[in-house]
Amino acid sequence: MSLTSIIFTAFFYLGVSLCLVGVTLKIIQYASTPVPLKIPTAPAPLTKFGVILRMMREVFLFSSLFKASKWTWLFGWLFHWALVLLFIRHLPYFWPGETPELLRQTEPFKYAAFPLIIGLTGLLARRFFVDRVRYISAPSDYLLLILLILIAVTGALMTFAQYYPDMGKVYAFAEGLVTLDWSELPSEGIFLAHVFLVFVLIAIFPVSKMLHAPGVLFSPTLNQTDDARKNRHISDWAIEKEKSGKGG
Amino acid sequence: MEKFDTPKLDTYLATPTLKSDAMESDGPFKANTDMQKSLGFPGEKIDNWQQVAIEKMGETISKYRSIPVFLDACVKCGACTDKCHYFLGTGDPKNMPVARQDLFRSVYRRHFTFAGKYFPKLVGAKELDESMLDDWYNYFHQCSECRRCSVYCPYGIDTAEITMAAREVMNAIGVGQKYCNQILGKVKKIGNNLGMPEPALRDTLLDLEEEIEEDTGVAVKLPLDKEGAEILLITPSADFFAEPHIDGLIGYAKVFHQSDASWTLSSYASEGANFGMFIGNYDIMREGALRIRKAALDLGVSRIIVGECGHAWRVAYSFWNTLTGIGGGATDEYALQLQKQLDQSYPQPQHIIEYTYGLIQKGRLTFDKSKNDHRTVTFHDSCNVARGSNMGGIECGQFILPREVIKAACNHFVDMSKGTIKASTFCCGGGGGLLTDDLLELRVKGALPRMQALKQSEEKGGVNTLAALCAICKSQFSKVLPYYDFDPFMVVSVHQLVSEALILDGENSQKESKAL
Repeated sequence: MSLTSIIFTAFFYLGVSLCLVGVTLKIIQYASTPVPLKIPTAPAPLTKFGVILRMMREVFLFSSLFKASKWTWLFGWLFHWALVLLFIRHLPYFWPGETPELLRQTEPFKYAAFPLIIGLTGLLARRFFVDRVRYISAPSDYLLLILLILIAVTGALMTFAQYYPDMGKVYAFAEGLVTLDWSELPSEGIFLAHVFLVFVLIAIFPVSKMLHAPGVLFSPTLNQTDDARKNRHISDWAIEKEKSGKGG
Repeated sequence: MEKFDTPKLDTYLATPTLKSDAMESDGPFKANTDMQKSLGFPGEKIDNWQQVAIEKMGETISKYRSIPVFLDACVKCGACTDKCHYFLGTGDPKNMPVARQDLFRSVYRRHFTFAGKYFPKLVGAKELDESMLDDWYNYFHQCSECRRCSVYCPYGIDTAEITMAAREVMNAIGVGQKYCNQILGKVKKIGNNLGMPEPALRDTLLDLEEEIEEDTGVAVKLPLDKEGAEILLITPSADFFAEPHIDGLIGYAKVFHQSDASWTLSSYASEGANFGMFIGNYDIMREGALRIRKAALDLGVSRIIVGECGHAWRVAYSFWNTLTGIGGGATDEYALQLQKQLDQSYPQPQHIIEYTYGLIQKGRLTFDKSKNDHRTVTFHDSCNVARGSNMGGIECGQFILPREVIKAACNHFVDMSKGTIKASTFCCGGGGGLLTDDLLELRVKGALPRMQALKQSEEKGGVNTLAALCAICKSQFSKVLPYYDFDPFMVVSVHQLVSEALILDGENSQKESKAL
């Protein structure tokens, strides 16, 4: 294998490991940190089922964001759903052996590249042109969008502008990563750039604001049932406090 | 007090352009050594404050899941940037919820995250230095913890949680706010925010009884420390002395009288407000709640009802059961005793609005709505009721029940425009421990969005009465309405409207409608 292939192969495992370990640690931290008080925000669901519905509205429709800002919602929603479609579209590359019929049907998902680029560009434009959003943006906020745009553009160029890499090699390389049967990756610069940037994206996931993905599920204002009068909600450290005889 | 310009009310509420440092200042008066010490905080800013502050931050991060989740999850999308009344009223960028959080978040990143430790510039991580602490003190006392931002945040990030954590950290290093901490000291010592001792309270209640009897010819009682009463009323102490609050108290008394309820106030727990929430201190908040539990046990009541007070109702509804086991499920002996004693066929605690609404539903109250015909009423949803509680056990009941009670007592009711009421309600501008004259400019400017909506309903709907069910809202409105050329007396308690229209058995038939 060429040195490039070895480096990229190693970088894939490094990126994925950092991501998995980092996100797991964060999830453990969130899950093990107590929520001492009931703090659901309005309109608060009174039942568990209501909480599930609320969470689905937030995760799939971005309903609060829709209330807040239609433009941000439009760009953000386009971008996220395009990303989901493109993720699915990439699965065949990694699928060992025969690609299932269902995954082969995902060919048209490639057009999601356009809403993806539109969404990301819109979000980036907001950072530059809306004074309030510019004020709250750190360099990392711009860079993350630029990183995603570069990934999208390199991907789109390969798909739509005939900068095709050697597809046989792409399949072999990607499949090899999964089956541990490593092989050469294509040498086209644009492909290498695309893959490198994706690995970077994966690696920085747990140390970036991408933590909003697991975070939203742990958000107590969104995931609590508003039933404080019926059921006592109390954290372990508060119970300890009570047992130690403070108060009563 | 420096002079300031009251914002102009336009035909619609415009999002201001950024005015950097528009509200830069030293912040509200600081608590003195005695006030700090009485709450168990250091008397003055300690020498190794930076170290202790970072340790305290670490403690809040490990004790409250909301803090790490909210600090990590924000993507700086900007959804909240135009949602805070203090930003809308002042244009100071640090009053945008996310920017306010970032004062805390940038320090969190510097000390508690990989990216902030090794690439601080890249992710906007900052050190907690003198100037940052000054910003903390100033801008975390420009947040009324109203939670409007949380409604619009795609991750539900609630700036109130961050503000509370920041105030908690500041108190731990000896930097406290005078208004909150002085009041908390009074509750601890005497039992209410005013520092009103039992004899004064008793006199006030007797005066009120006389006043009601003079007015109606009916001997409506306001009992104090009556053992064996069925209901313990916990209400903000402002109800005992301030206008228009006191008319609300008269309203509760009339409703209790008319429903033949045996009820009482407590001189030991003569305060519904709980500023422990404002400073984010669990222990102090719990102490306040325990006073109420003790009063309930000592008096042997079977129901606890809370008067018109926004954050008190949030604490009572959402936190009392957690803090003291008022409700169900607690296992310590006092809570068990209380649970045995409380009538579990009612939710515990209940809001006075739920009580009155229940009676109205059962047809037990009769109103002469024409008594309120000189009014066209609108209702201000208080932030803590709207976004931190429920009423009636039905979804969005906290919006429905107060309106139904008002409509039962008034013929003319008009809501303010959508986006300024219910879950989206604007804070009055004085909540969260900011109801102090050293923050008057902030309070006046922060009231702008509410005043704007009120103006619109005045022009379109002829509104001349603003009903509220929170002591802070009522005081704040009385103060700031004149700045916007409104009549300060247009603000009323919801139960004042009830009081004026309620027909008492045996009431003087000749009773004239009370003049405004």
